[in-house]
Amino acid sequence: MAENGIGVSVRRKEDNRFLIGKGRYTDDINVAGQTYAAFVRSPHAHATINGIDKSAAEASVGVIAVFTGDDLAADGIGPLICGVTVPSDDGEPHRAPAHPALAQGKVNYVGDHVAVVIAETQAQAREGAEKVGVDYTALPAVTDTGSAADDGQPQIHDVAPNNMCYNWPFGDKDAVEAAFASAHKVSTLDLVNNRMVTNPMEPRAALAEYNAGTEEITLHLTTQNPHVHRLVMSAFNQLAPEHKLRIVSPDVGGGFGAKIFVYAEELVVGWSCRKVNRPVKWTGDRTEAFLADAHGRDHVATAEMALDENGKFLAMRVMTKANLGAYLSTFATMVPSYLYAFLFAGQYTTPLIYSEVKTVFTNTAPVDASRGAGRPEATYLLERLVDVAAADMGLEPAEIRRRNFIPKDAFPYQTPVVQCYDSGDYETALDKALALADYDGFAARAEEAKSRGLRRGIGLSSYVEACGIAPSAAVGQLGAGVGLWESAQVRFNPTGNVQVFTGTHSHGQGHETTFAQLVTEQLGVPIENIEVIHGDTAKTQFGMGTYGSRSLAVGGVAIAKACEKLIAKGKKIAAHALEAAEGDIEFADGNFTIAGTDKAMNIAEVAFNAYVPHSYPEGLEPGFDENAFFDPMNFSFPAGTHICEVEVDPETGVVEIVKYSAVDDFGKLINPMIVEGQVHGGIVHGIGQALLEVCRYDSEGQLITATYMDYAMPRADNVPSFDVDYAPTDPPHNPLGVKGCGEAGAIGAPPAVINAITNALGVKHIDMPATPENVWRAAQGAA
Amino acid sequence: MPIVNMNVNGNPVTGEVEGRTLLVQFLRENLGLTGTHIGCDTSQCGSCVVHVDGKSVKSCTLLAVMADGSEVTTIEGLANGAELHPMQQAFMDNHGLQCGFCTPGMVMSALDIVNRNGNELDENTVRKELAGNICRCTGYHNIVKSVTAGAKAMGD
Repeated sequence: MAENGIGVSVRRKEDNRFLIGKGRYTDDINVAGQTYAAFVRSPHAHATINGIDKSAAEASVGVIAVFTGDDLAADGIGPLICGVTVPSDDGEPHRAPAHPALAQGKVNYVGDHVAVVIAETQAQAREGAEKVGVDYTALPAVTDTGSAADDGQPQIHDVAPNNMCYNWPFGDKDAVEAAFASAHKVSTLDLVNNRMVTNPMEPRAALAEYNAGTEEITLHLTTQNPHVHRLVMSAFNQLAPEHKLRIVSPDVGGGFGAKIFVYAEELVVGWSCRKVNRPVKWTGDRTEAFLADAHGRDHVATAEMALDENGKFLAMRVMTKANLGAYLSTFATMVPSYLYAFLFAGQYTTPLIYSEVKTVFTNTAPVDASRGAGRPEATYLLERLVDVAAADMGLEPAEIRRRNFIPKDAFPYQTPVVQCYDSGDYETALDKALALADYDGFAARAEEAKSRGLRRGIGLSSYVEACGIAPSAAVGQLGAGVGLWESAQVRFNPTGNVQVFTGTHSHGQGHETTFAQLVTEQLGVPIENIEVIHGDTAKTQFGMGTYGSRSLAVGGVAIAKACEKLIAKGKKIAAHALEAAEGDIEFADGNFTIAGTDKAMNIAEVAFNAYVPHSYPEGLEPGFDENAFFDPMNFSFPAGTHICEVEVDPETGVVEIVKYSAVDDFGKLINPMIVEGQVHGGIVHGIGQALLEVCRYDSEGQLITATYMDYAMPRADNVPSFDVDYAPTDPPHNPLGVKGCGEAGAIGAPPAVINAITNALGVKHIDMPATPENVWRAAQGAA
Repeated sequence: MPIVNMNVNGNPVTGEVEGRTLLVQFLRENLGLTGTHIGCDTSQCGSCVVHVDGKSVKSCTLLAVMADGSEVTTIEGLANGAELHPMQQAFMDNHGLQCGFCTPGMVMSALDIVNRNGNELDENTVRKELAGNICRCTGYHNIVKSVTAGAKAMGD
């Protein structure tokens, strides 16, 4: 093993700049002559626009320009697109209403973009925005997921009757019905998956510059995927040709999905810098983030499980309504469909699964991927249903899981819902988690808690998720408009240090360290001589970005493949220099050696020879710089068991998480310290959903949770420390043997927490978030 | 417009500001000290915590003119040359940061916790004291470890 190679908890290379205040986030960047943008946003959830009076704003101090949807349309900019087609049950593709970046005669949610004001200072831009006169006629609004498609509801888009986007049935309905008809027992559960606001701590921002001489736009953005932004803005939004558009995504303060998407503000700022021929900067504030970042989750579902007399799952049926908001965000359609229903097998051998997903438009912010994206919704539904089934059958929650697990010798395992799982050992993870949680000691702890007037509960969640997004052919068949390979370039400089260019993007995940560890392991170059570069379309050849826990499982492999090419070329160069046959050269620990001798040449010397090829193999290209693309053969399937233990005060409804244990299978760990940090963060994201967070609109479509005073983010005193361990398996499809770890906690945690609370209270179900009020009511009902 | 004078990270600074200019805006825009961040607009998230006359404040909640004549310390003022402050070092050693955006506020709050509670901190105290700083990445586990370790190192 290299000193700082695979498996070592190397301290992060990126930390120093963040710790001394030298991170470089988009809002930290200023350029000469920059102007500021402020957006005029709809105060109505649903309204027609009768007219816009720009005159007072245009006359306001410092205002340079005021633009509306007409100005964008005149230049042919937009509309915003959704990149994945999902078929509806009428044989048509999903309904795709026009999504103008600035409104065209109608607004459809509070925060919808009406106009932009460009001014000399941020304050002047905001003052100008206040002075734009918009004449609205308010319309009745629809916000409720469950009833949005009912007859008589206000209609949002002409192309979407009954506010329906698609109704997507999936599975063998008749076979599932037959299995239910003959089942020993049917367990049923109605549940809500609460709407969340993703809330990375850095608000979105954009800084656009136009060079009239080169006709190039440079757009600094808070994006998780700069090349995807460039592709979409060029190919679909007509902002600029791809070779005249540079996207720079510098340090980004968290993403969690919310910074995947192409947003109206980004497109408008990118376009307006050319209109005013000056740099334009926009920095969103937190209220704008609540109003106009894509939200997550928001399902209403009914789930049923058919069981035989031994508690074996025979069939499962799920009816879901999912809210997509007012317009389709970039990947909105695939989240409640492919990323959701393809996970319903979970860790179990359930042979028959049928589901229907009805997606609806409402007068709320667009809904799209948020940490886990579809998989938390599927896992919550399944792992809650399994606990209900356990109670119905009189089985212990661990036992019913064990009876239904896919056995470890059955991998690769083809589920009835498309996915073919790569590797897994679910029972080992369960056993380790039970030991870590001291499950056997729970009864005594519950008894002791009772003496203090508290009810103690314990809950399991055995999740599997599909990440490492994604095999291009597979997603293409499903209607995606892109390939989801990843690219890398590994470049030696003549002096022997290494620059690694990746198309993934790090916004907290620590790629600069993890990827450097891969390279030091493979090439033997000291880690301090390796720099990982990302987030600039002018530097990295191409990439698809970071989401779906794909960076290591897809992007890391691309890096490894580029390193392999360097080693192959290096053997030729070393053979020539050492006067040996290429076949006799071995490479290890950074040295090319003639096999069986001590004659060797370090890779840094080889690199120097490649750039100063005075004595060099005939016909070989100079240079020591290779690129590689990697398209995965399958998704990656992390899995594990999380166990949550709570104490509930029935007098106040307050829930305290007293112990939380997680055992995950992420395959091989490159940097265990970083992986554990990802697990912690994911778990707290999941605990936030389970206990605290909910995004609420009132019946008129006003967002009533638009600040951190109304939307309860998990804070340090809401959560405990965690016990984390691993039960790794070796995924055969992945050349590095790795799986993804970034979303697992957010997927596994919510059902573990709720299962613990229902266990404590002795109730069938409680909806998230289990706030003190909700828990108190449930406790009173159960008492 | 008012003129403000203050001592920031040991350096006397002066600047012309509007009456409404917040301290965080003065630090970021006038002085280019962009390590102090703005994560919300309701004084909830703590990304903007700095020290004014030795006490932690949310610099989005103070007008620049209110800090006139004060000693201000920001994240940029902690390290001694290339040597990190023990609290910064503890965050690095304990993986107390991921995206880095909340980190300056966390470190500045951590130092204030030590100033008020001493070098031997228990987990419960740290968690309660950090409730004014929101992090979305770390789940707080490693921040709590960092603060506890940093406090101890400051006493050594």
